[in-house]
Amino acid sequence: MIEVVSTGGLATVQDLGRRGTQKWGVGVSGAMDDLALSSGNILLGNAENAAAIEIQIFPFQVRFLQDCAFAVTGADCGATLDTVPLPPWWVQRAKAGGLLHLGVPLQGRWKASRAYLCLAGGIDVPPVLGSRSTQLRGAFGGIEGRALRVGDKIAHASATAPVLTGFGLCPPALSMPLTVDEVPAVRVLPAAEYEAYTQSSRESFWRQPWKITPQSDRYGFRLEGEPLMPSAPIELRSHGIVPGVIQVPPSGQPIVQMRDAQPSGGYPKIATVIEADLWRLGQAPIGSRVRFLQTSWDEAVLASQANSRWLAEARRLAGLYRERVGAR
Amino acid sequence: MTGDSPRITLLGTSALLFDAPGEVGLITQQRIWALALEAERWPEISEAVPGMNNLMVGFSQLPQRLDQIEARLRAAWEAAAPIPVEGRLIELPVVYGGVGGPHVNDVVAHTALGIDEIAQIHSAPIYQVYALGSHPGYCYLGGMDQRIATPRRKTPALRIPGGSVSIGGSQTGVSASDGPSGWNTIGSTVMRFFDPMIDPPALLRPGDCIQFTIARVIR
Repeated sequence: MIEVVSTGGLATVQDLGRRGTQKWGVGVSGAMDDLALSSGNILLGNAENAAAIEIQIFPFQVRFLQDCAFAVTGADCGATLDTVPLPPWWVQRAKAGGLLHLGVPLQGRWKASRAYLCLAGGIDVPPVLGSRSTQLRGAFGGIEGRALRVGDKIAHASATAPVLTGFGLCPPALSMPLTVDEVPAVRVLPAAEYEAYTQSSRESFWRQPWKITPQSDRYGFRLEGEPLMPSAPIELRSHGIVPGVIQVPPSGQPIVQMRDAQPSGGYPKIATVIEADLWRLGQAPIGSRVRFLQTSWDEAVLASQANSRWLAEARRLAGLYRERVGAR
Repeated sequence: MTGDSPRITLLGTSALLFDAPGEVGLITQQRIWALALEAERWPEISEAVPGMNNLMVGFSQLPQRLDQIEARLRAAWEAAAPIPVEGRLIELPVVYGGVGGPHVNDVVAHTALGIDEIAQIHSAPIYQVYALGSHPGYCYLGGMDQRIATPRRKTPALRIPGGSVSIGGSQTGVSASDGPSGWNTIGSTVMRFFDPMIDPPALLRPGDCIQFTIARVIR
């Protein structure tokens, strides 16, 4: 059990999301940085889909009410346990009474904005419609379907095996960086209405760095740049959409749908961020800029395989460490 | 969507969007329901989500190639016979205008109709649920009179309350919970549309019907 001591709001319980519920109007939710969540679970020997706390406003503090192994991944937020600094992407054991403090993310060797606090065994809340992720719009999942509050006591399941601590992983932002002209980039595939935009709009879509405005959250990132204009006004019928879809409302300022996106929409879609790069965008800080890099289906398949290989290597390294230490 | 053949486009690496040809209509929608039932049985498809005369199909696993899935969808569409659904009828009293209908004047401005006419035209048909989407329990309805069609808002409103009755383009619907919306809210009603602890969690399903009645018009 842990207790929330300090939160700036918008910290939620998330796993890898809810599948198969869009036909009832329920979106996928899930961690904005799925690689970071899976990595924290790999460090702890949890199931990779185990639920953790996603934190996006700092400082954030929890007290451990019992001994517990934990890992903090995602943004490097200068974590301290009872004022002793912890390396980022590290698995550690806390004693009952220990205070974990996560500060404002350091924008040092990699830039990121969301941290994941993973606990041995995973956060123990009942799955709702197949997932423990918080569904803010529907007010279910996670802790009462809402963001965490000071005083919330959060249980974790018991770990299935002894958890070894004192090791970490090098984050994928360092081992798999992606930039265009030194601006962080994500790969995208053109979507249904791409050809309906003027040539100059299509060119500026690819060419300009898009600013992530403060009106950006788990629902969507509202971007700012030279407006994108269709050759003629577009009114569409409502249809299913997925996280990563880049919609363009009539203002011409695009909105990238993120993990809490509505499951359907009707604004024109110029393109879609590939699933394998959504973690990159999910970590992009407000006020930073991002470039869209056109990709092909085959390249997108390779990108997905690269993520899978990265996770497989993380599992292998964690397994090697456990074998060596366990053999001592 | 015009032309005779369906259009299939990509939603990134997660899904395909199948757009039926022709105008929005019940017969086409009944074929979309048939296509959804069929596609959900395919191992390569994780979920089939009906929209308004379209269907989104999510991939169970990232496919190496798309052409086989596309061909299978086209063949299944050709074979899809309309499924007529005799759904339930739910009556919803609506207060048009006022605090609960903050964008009704935009619909007045766009359509050049008065608020009483808009309420009358909006509450006249029996609307059939074509699809669910947007947020938990929300229903997309077919059958709105095109005289009150009004384009979606230039910038979405960040928060409109549950029970809001709104018009977006040629469609109308009722918000099931508080949240952002790009549609024009013309009135409000009260109904619980979703409970995650009930199976199925949504009150209404495709084929069910809604009858709006005028509780009041606030000018």
